[in-house]
Amino acid sequence: MIKSELVQRIATRNPHLYQRDVENIVNAILDEITHALTRGDRVELRGFGAFSVKRRDARLGRNPRTGEPVAVDQKSVPFFKTGKEMRERLNDGEF
Amino acid sequence: MTNNLPPGHPNFLNSKESRTVTRADLADAVYRVVGLSRAESADMVEAVLGEIASTIVAGEAVKLSSFGSFVIRSKGQRLGRNPKTGVEVKIEPRRVIVFKASNVLKIRINGGAVDGLASED
Repeated sequence: MIKSELVQRIATRNPHLYQRDVENIVNAILDEITHALTRGDRVELRGFGAFSVKRRDARLGRNPRTGEPVAVDQKSVPFFKTGKEMRERLNDGEF
Repeated sequence: MTNNLPPGHPNFLNSKESRTVTRADLADAVYRVVGLSRAESADMVEAVLGEIASTIVAGEAVKLSSFGSFVIRSKGQRLGRNPKTGVEVKIEPRRVIVFKASNVLKIRINGGAVDGLASED
């Protein structure tokens, strides 16, 4: 499912909203999560999961083709931890 | 804002001012952009998260452009060990969600601007 399909599915279930509104709603949610992570904040959505930012220290990497060492700067990476309820829903019942 | 350090700053993540964003903040963001009531905004946050969750649980990947994708991976049975007692335990086959952040998200988290996406702050 891609974003436009997500918008369509939600719009179908909420006939009182224009598809355009649903699109704005989905974007507002994703933007808010992105902005929080940009500030270094954690986003905790009970039952769904939590987004956080992890720091990766600078390290000496290697060009896999030439074997040459290259300096890799310190960077931040986004991380998602699945919520408890999601984990249970994924694994109970047949699959 | 809650954190005045630029994302590249070494103390960025160690800042004590870092906070936790919740559903209420997402509902507030929806409230600000769409002409819905606060209650309806909260309902829509639930609807969006619910739709994403049931799609993933149904085994379908969810790809949200310029944000990231959620994919399901099936793990086989394996033998694990209780790290505290050292006792071997069988870990049953299970399904896990893997979130793959988009390049846009990764760049923004590292303080970069992304073409076509205005950074409001």
